[in-house]
Amino acid sequence: MSVGDWIKNNQVWKSIFRHPAPRDRRNRVVVMLTNVFLHLHPVSVRKSGIALSYTWCMGGLTFFLFLVETVTGVLLMFYYRPTLEHAYNDILSLRDVTTLGILREIHRWGAHAMVIAIWLHMYRVFLTGSYKPPREFNWSVGVILLVLTLLLSFTGYLLPWDQLAIWAITVGSNMARATPFLGHEGPGAALLNVGGVPLIHSGSDARFLLLGGKFVSGETLLRFYVLHCVAIPLAVAVLIAIHFWRVRKDGGISGAL
Amino acid sequence: MAHGSLTSPVQNGLGVYYILCALMSVGFGVYQVRQRSRFAALLAFAWAGLFGFHAAAYLAHQGWVIPHSVTHLVDAYTNAISYFVVSTVAFAVLLIFRKPLTEPNVAWTLMNLTLLAFGWSLTNYDFRDIVAKPDNVPIVMLLAAVGYFTWLPLRRAVLNDDLIAAGKPVLEKDDEKVLVWPDLVYTELIAMIICTAILVVWGILLKAPLEAPATTARAPNPSKAPWYFLGLQEMLVYYDPWMAGVVLPTFIVIGLMAIPYIDFNQKGNGYYTFKERPFALIMFLYGFLVLWVVLIVLGTFLRGPNWNFFGPFETWDAHKVDPLNNVNLSDMFWLGLGSTPEQIAKAYGWFVREIPGIILTVLYFVAIPPLMAKTVFRNFFVKMGFLRYMTLMTLILFMTSLPLKMVLRWTLNLKYIVYIPEYFFNI
Ligand code: HEM
Repeated sequence: MSVGDWIKNNQVWKSIFRHPAPRDRRNRVVVMLTNVFLHLHPVSVRKSGIALSYTWCMGGLTFFLFLVETVTGVLLMFYYRPTLEHAYNDILSLRDVTTLGILREIHRWGAHAMVIAIWLHMYRVFLTGSYKPPREFNWSVGVILLVLTLLLSFTGYLLPWDQLAIWAITVGSNMARATPFLGHEGPGAALLNVGGVPLIHSGSDARFLLLGGKFVSGETLLRFYVLHCVAIPLAVAVLIAIHFWRVRKDGGISGAL
Repeated sequence: MAHGSLTSPVQNGLGVYYILCALMSVGFGVYQVRQRSRFAALLAFAWAGLFGFHAAAYLAHQGWVIPHSVTHLVDAYTNAISYFVVSTVAFAVLLIFRKPLTEPNVAWTLMNLTLLAFGWSLTNYDFRDIVAKPDNVPIVMLLAAVGYFTWLPLRRAVLNDDLIAAGKPVLEKDDEKVLVWPDLVYTELIAMIICTAILVVWGILLKAPLEAPATTARAPNPSKAPWYFLGLQEMLVYYDPWMAGVVLPTFIVIGLMAIPYIDFNQKGNGYYTFKERPFALIMFLYGFLVLWVVLIVLGTFLRGPNWNFFGPFETWDAHKVDPLNNVNLSDMFWLGLGSTPEQIAKAYGWFVREIPGIILTVLYFVAIPPLMAKTVFRNFFVKMGFLRYMTLMTLILFMTSLPLKMVLRWTLNLKYIVYIPEYFFNI
């Protein structure tokens, strides 16, 4: 008995993979049904639906990049502390000292790539008219994913705590100051007052909520860190689950009837 | 010239760049030989030769630099207006002449011309300085990807439209089913491996940026948001933050989510086509390509200190002054009638002062929809019903308000249509 056969006839192996290797038609079907990850897919698909010229593989790549960001992000969390005292220096030592410092590059470029991939995915879904019935709802789920992906990238941008970071976030979050009614420089905010005392001022408006202060500060860093590492990824994960579920339930990848 | 000559790493980099270009052309040539089209093959090999020649020159450190006469000429003629107008015209040309333009040999030639122009531009210090900033590299990639992924669907749409006209099934039509294992899982595996490889190479070649530690004491000039928001930041030139930063983005998101519920056209679901859904395509492509991508490029590469416009080869000079003498509609109106807006406001209050702009704005949103419903959009109105139609029109009116405001700024120096600083309400 060869080593390969010994492994495959071993009780441990058989307990994990309950069927022979996917070499014949039957087992190629079974493998899709018995593996929880592969089970995201159907067993068979229309050939033109999975052609590269059709989907560009962009949805898949967006998902893959999300996974890359999750793994590299968790590893980066071992090296990074979101405080004014440590944040910048921790990034500095990722660059100069840490053996696996390239994690930061992969995480940053992966984030850019994810933004590009998700735009292209949306572009393709639009151009093939795949948002049309019955896939309307999944398109809308996708739009929320798009917004969350941009927010993920935006919140991450602050974490290195260098000049590039705080000023980009300052420019971006200054907009919140001008939110109608809810920003202290927004139209209509002055109308929200109790006996002449304004409810919306620089210490209570939308920007204050976002930054945890009147300007980008240590509180902002903590807020963005928690949003970036916990809150938004969780929301994205849940929505991706819904998105994939619906791709299947809406009849699989679209195609000409 | 301070930055006139090329350092040797730059020359080596350009050499590698041209080798890659040459390899692509060789690949295309071989493909054309297989297809037995002699002319196309010859053309491709000629391109490969040209690229190879450039590669050799740079690897031998010949130091070819784009002539100043060219860079000066380009800088002299690019400004926010010409840039946007040329982009819009190019967009229209692309859609109208999509058939000849997406023909593989034509598209291939256009791409090579772009690659050549890009390579030569890189020999200019100022161009290289901004394009090769680590965080700007993704935009160059985005442009390459958007170029390719605009060609591909347009090409297939052209082919499909011909098939449909001939009564034949479209390219995407087939009833053959394949098993996911192996056909799909292997494609996914290969895509993941390529993607990982690209990320690792990218990570090795290009360090993530890290500037001086953060300080609120000194703001960099220009201060820019992350690149994917620079289209929005560019809108700040024409709109106040509450519009450019809050209202318009909100409408973009709502508008995107509303698309499937507005688009009543059942055709073109699951295949590429242009002729079966021209309106939807023109609107979306204009929004994505021109109002989003083109503006991001403008905001990233062509806006320098104080958000002034700089040509692609121009040095970013923080002392450049762009005289701004923009006026509000109320100024124009009341001055035209021989009084000043201040006098009017004093006598009758701000509402009267701003009445011309308020009337125009209300007319824009209230009068145009029924007018269009009676004329060009009659069909739409009948098929969509009131609610859908009004949603569509509101979204379109918000979208077109941006190019409209741009044109008004460029032609009339108009700053605000309605200007009520008392309530931070300026549009
Ligand atoms: C984290 C973000 C996202 C992930 C991971 C993702 C993933 C995917 C995947 C894997 C598919 C299968 C087909 C394909 O690869 O094209 C798909 C389909 C689809 N996606 Fe997404 N997507 C995301 C965001 C979006 C966005 C932003 C939109 C649109 C605004 C969208 C709309 C759709 C629709 C309508 C389908 C069905 C297309 C069809 O059946 O042809 N998705 N998505």
